[in-house]
Amino acid sequence: MSGQLLRLAETGRRPIRITAGDRTIEALEGDTLLTALLLAQGHLRLSEFGDGPRAGFCLMGACQDCWVALADGRRLRACTTLAEDGMALEPIP
Amino acid sequence: MSVVVVGGGPAGVRAVQCLLAHGLRPVWIDEAPRTGGQIYRRPPPSFHRPPKALYGFEAGKAMALQAAGDAAAAAADYRPQTLAWDVSDGVVHLAGPGGSEALAYDGLILATGAMDRIIPLPGWTLPGVFTLGGAQVALKAQGCAIGRHCILLGTGPLLYLLAYQYAKAGAGIAAVLDTAPGEARFRALPKLLAQPATLAKGLHYTVWLRARGVPLWEGIRPLEILGQTRAEGIRFRDRTGAEHRISGDAVAMGFGLKPETQLADLAGCAFGFDEASRQFLPLTDGEGRARGTAGVYLAGDGAGIAGADAAELAGEQAALTLLADQGMAVSSARRREIAARLARIGRFRQGLEAAFPFPAELARRLPDAALLCRCEAVTAGALRATVEKRAQEINRAKAFCRVGMGRCQGRLCAGAAAEILAAARGVELSEVGRLRGQPPVKPLPVALL
Repeated sequence: MSGQLLRLAETGRRPIRITAGDRTIEALEGDTLLTALLLAQGHLRLSEFGDGPRAGFCLMGACQDCWVALADGRRLRACTTLAEDGMALEPIP
Repeated sequence: MSVVVVGGGPAGVRAVQCLLAHGLRPVWIDEAPRTGGQIYRRPPPSFHRPPKALYGFEAGKAMALQAAGDAAAAAADYRPQTLAWDVSDGVVHLAGPGGSEALAYDGLILATGAMDRIIPLPGWTLPGVFTLGGAQVALKAQGCAIGRHCILLGTGPLLYLLAYQYAKAGAGIAAVLDTAPGEARFRALPKLLAQPATLAKGLHYTVWLRARGVPLWEGIRPLEILGQTRAEGIRFRDRTGAEHRISGDAVAMGFGLKPETQLADLAGCAFGFDEASRQFLPLTDGEGRARGTAGVYLAGDGAGIAGADAAELAGEQAALTLLADQGMAVSSARRREIAARLARIGRFRQGLEAAFPFPAELARRLPDAALLCRCEAVTAGALRATVEKRAQEINRAKAFCRVGMGRCQGRLCAGAAAEILAAARGVELSEVGRLRGQPPVKPLPVALL
C-alpha cells in the first residue's frame, strides 16, 4: 500500500528508523510519528467501533484521532509526537 | 500577584510581553514546544526552509511574533509542551514534561486559539481526509502534502490560502470547492474594504490560482467523500444542481474556524449565542474581561474568530486590562488605540462572515447513516432518534446517544450536532444549547491524574 502523504521539501535531514511490529519504517529526524507512518502507509489505526481505518484528521492535537501504541504499551498522539530513532510501535493492523 | 497566561500564539505572546513590560513575570502555558501558535507554528529544529517559504506574505509578521515570543519565553516562567487541562476555583491544572501541577492564580489570561470548523459529511472519517488547518500543518511544519491529488473543500479565506500554499510548494490540486456562492463576496466588498491590504492578498490568491489553471468551483454542495478504505474522490452538486465527481487521493475540509472555548467554560465564563456565526461564544466586556467569573481575561481567536492581527492586539489589550484591574498604571492612549484598531478589524470580519457564510444546511441535512461523531461512531440518525426520547437540548441528547462524549469532547461534531438537533426539533439553534466542557479538556496519561 502506498503512503498517504507526499514529501515535498526538507529532505536533507538525518535519516532515522522506527518499527511497527516487525516492519521497519524509514523516516527523517523531525518527522512526527504521524508523518513517518503516513508516508509509508495509508492509515494509523482501526476504529474501535468497526467502521474502518483512520489516519488522523486535524494534525494539531485537537481531534485525538491519531493515537498509536508503543510496543511497551504507552499510547502517544502521533501528530504531536516526534519520531525518534529506534522507536518501537505496536504493529499497525 | 500570580498571573497565568494560557496559549503561545499571537494573543498569548503579546499578552506576556505586555505583562513583562509592566514588571510582572507570568507563568506561561504552551502546548507547543515553541511559541508562535498554529498560525506562526515553527517546524522542528532540523528544518531549514526560510520564513518566506513557510509564511509567504506573513513572513515579516511571523518572524516578529516569534522573536517577541522567544524573548518573552526567556523572561517569563515559560512552560512549553504543557497542557492546561482544567480550571476550577481559581486554580489551573497543568500536565507537562515534569508531571502535573495545580497553580492558583489572581489573574488568568486565556488565549487558547481556534481550529477548523467542521461539518461532517458521508465518508469524512476515511483515511486521507484532513482539516484545512491540518493540511496546512503538514506542509508548513513537516514539508509534506496530504496527498498527490488534493481536493480542498469548504469555505473561508483559509481555503484559498491553503490552495495557494499547496500549489506554490508543488502539490497537486484536483479542485478547490467552495460552498459559498461567488456573489456573496461581491456583496461583502464594502465591509472587506475596511482592511484593503488583507483583501488584496485574498484576491491575489484566487487570481494566481486561476491563472495556473487550478479548478475553482463556488456555490457547490458536497454530497459524499468517495472511497472504501481511503479517500478516492468527492461527489458534489454544482450551483445549478448538476452532480459531479472528482477523483483525488486526499481531501482537506473546513468551513471557517471555531474558538477553543473549553477552558473558558470550565473557568466559569458566561456564554451567549452569536447569531452571526451561529455558535455560543464566551462573553467579554470589550476590553478582554470575561463575564461571569472574576480574574479571567479572554484574548484572540479563542474568544471569537478575528484572525492573527486582531489576536496580537487583543492579547495586549487583555494584559493592559488585567494590569489596570490590579491598580497598576497603564497607558489609556494605547488602550484607546487598540480598541479603535480592533473595531476596524471587526468590520472586516463581518465582511468575511458575509463573503463565506457557514453552510448550516449541510449539517442539518446530513444523512441518517452518516457518522456525525467520529470519536464514538455516532450517526446523524442516532442523534435525530433522541428527539423521540424528548432530548430538548444537546447535553441531554449526548447522554442518550453519546454524541460529543469521546476523546475530542465534541470539538469536531458539537456544532453540527446542535444544528441537527435544532432542525429535528424544529426550533431555533440557540434553544438546543451547547455542550458543557468536561475536564480534562484533552486526554491525559493516566499516571498523571
